[in-house]
Amino acid sequence: MRRNTDATQRSILRIRDALAEALSVIAQRPVRTLLTALGTILGVGAFVTTTGLAETARAQVSSRFDALRATEVRVQDAAPDGTNPFPVDVDERLEQLNGVNHAGLTFAIPDNGTIQARNTATRPTGTTTPIPVIAATPGAIDASLPTMAAGRNYDQWHQQRGEHVALLGRVAADQLGITRIDHQPVVFLADTPYTIIGILDDVRRNPDLLLAITIPTTSADAQFDTRSVERNVIIDTAPGAAQLIGTQAPLALRPQQPERLQSLVPPDPKTLRNQVEGDVQSLFYALSALALLIGAVAITNATLLNIIERRPEIGLRRALGARRTHITAQITLEAALTGIIAGTIGAILGIAAVTAVAVTRTWTPTIAPAVLLAAPLIGVLTGALAGLIPALKASRTPPADTLRG
Amino acid sequence: MTVAAASTADTDVVVVDGLTKTFPGPPAVTALHPCTFSIRRGDYTAITGASGSGKTTLLSLLGLLDTPSAGRYLLDGIDVAGLDDRERSAVRAHRIGFVFQAFHLVGYRTVIDNVELGLLYQGVPKGQRQRRALDVIEQVGLSHRRHARCTTLSGGEKQRVAIARTLVRDPALVLCDEPTGNLDSTTTQQILELLDSLHRSGMTIVVITHDPVIAAGAPRQLTISDGVLTERQPTHATQH
Repeated sequence: MRRNTDATQRSILRIRDALAEALSVIAQRPVRTLLTALGTILGVGAFVTTTGLAETARAQVSSRFDALRATEVRVQDAAPDGTNPFPVDVDERLEQLNGVNHAGLTFAIPDNGTIQARNTATRPTGTTTPIPVIAATPGAIDASLPTMAAGRNYDQWHQQRGEHVALLGRVAADQLGITRIDHQPVVFLADTPYTIIGILDDVRRNPDLLLAITIPTTSADAQFDTRSVERNVIIDTAPGAAQLIGTQAPLALRPQQPERLQSLVPPDPKTLRNQVEGDVQSLFYALSALALLIGAVAITNATLLNIIERRPEIGLRRALGARRTHITAQITLEAALTGIIAGTIGAILGIAAVTAVAVTRTWTPTIAPAVLLAAPLIGVLTGALAGLIPALKASRTPPADTLRG
Repeated sequence: MTVAAASTADTDVVVVDGLTKTFPGPPAVTALHPCTFSIRRGDYTAITGASGSGKTTLLSLLGLLDTPSAGRYLLDGIDVAGLDDRERSAVRAHRIGFVFQAFHLVGYRTVIDNVELGLLYQGVPKGQRQRRALDVIEQVGLSHRRHARCTTLSGGEKQRVAIARTLVRDPALVLCDEPTGNLDSTTTQQILELLDSLHRSGMTIVVITHDPVIAAGAPRQLTISDGVLTERQPTHATQH
């Protein structure tokens, strides 16, 4: 008599056979498999879509921030006390700094109604729409990245000598009826003629210049009461230099009292980009995780229903010699394979969604390869974890109960 | 109550001594009172009884689908009463075959798949499983239906597939639970003839049935009533 079973006669389920059995169940019931996988398809699809959209949006965010905003620095009076905190040679001091393309001082000239810009010597009667007058150094105009419709910008020679020259913005030129400068038109500011040497067609910064008459700051200081005006410096920097210039500019302009000046620098593009990405991706990941959780619950639920329906089959397999671990392995494997399928389909749908959104907005679709590789992995993990509880439950099914009748 | 003194002769496939099954309550129910009997290799035995008499409980115990509350059970020389689940699974995989009233085929699989399933947990490689499955499918006369899905088969064909699934395992003991319960009279006769031919080829068969006509076809009959087993026409087992 033998106490135990022959060691060679064990209950065995080969890995290949377990895989084949699981695949067979999935293949024989494609509709059910798809329905079971639906939640995970949506979850993985959401993950790929959101990650892809974040990647795609990142490129857009980067290009826009880097292009303009990240190269602009402004310096203003930190403690206005009615005096001018800036030196007369703002342009020279700042343009010596490495990374500064153009820089200069600018301020609006307050008009108490006496300036009345016009292109005739005679003052008009009645109310006319006032044209604003701005004082700016040549560097400030260059830092606004202008496009000239006619003529040229005034230069340091005009600036230093306080010449009565002016630039007209496109809108101001229309108001004054000036379209050409070859006949040396003048504009009268409080009865003082200013020769127009250029007309601005467009500016990428300081759009106020398009509405105004711009004159050198030295001319403005000589003619008008500018003691209490709010002055500020505008600097156009090389890409990536804004942060550094922001710290150097007050020292360069007012070395004896740099704290009197305050630099306004754009957010560090890298920090800003990371922050934007972080905010966007955190939200996206949270949504993806939620979708995956729903997918996992769906798989658990569908698998639980499935094993209730398959109780006789599970009982039969136990009667044919399957161990509990074999049942657990098979059900888990089925759920994991369903997860792989869901992950793959989700990834394909995600790619399609990202491409569709990007094409609609004329963006370049960008998806990291790692995300695409992760998608089936997420699917298989979701499936395996979701299938484990039903699988353990199935393995505890008493075979005698399921085989009656 | 015992039917016969348990023996441990090499010719005995089943030796049961005081086997009991009590389902814990409350109230506790004894579905099978202590019984003692043996079944020799090649025997064709029918166990009859009314519904609820305990015959399915006895089949579950003989098939290691359930554990006894007390008693000793030797199957093919192995003391199986005290085995753990893993060892019981191994014994089921290699030594016991089942034929159920409800056939218990995997409906979405083909005939050959279902027959192969009988060898799956024996660790038989796929190619060998397929060859052996085709042999027994031919033996039960279903070669022409080997690639048919089981849902498309008639009742008689399904039971033939179930018998083929058992045959392919070459078990020491075949347990049939109401094998003709879902079949018409003509098909019943065909299945009984098939079982009879298996018996003649030397297979040890135990048929559990409530139908005395079917039981009459077996050379040896045991009767169970209210969980008490008795021998109707003792051959090599005697009632105490």
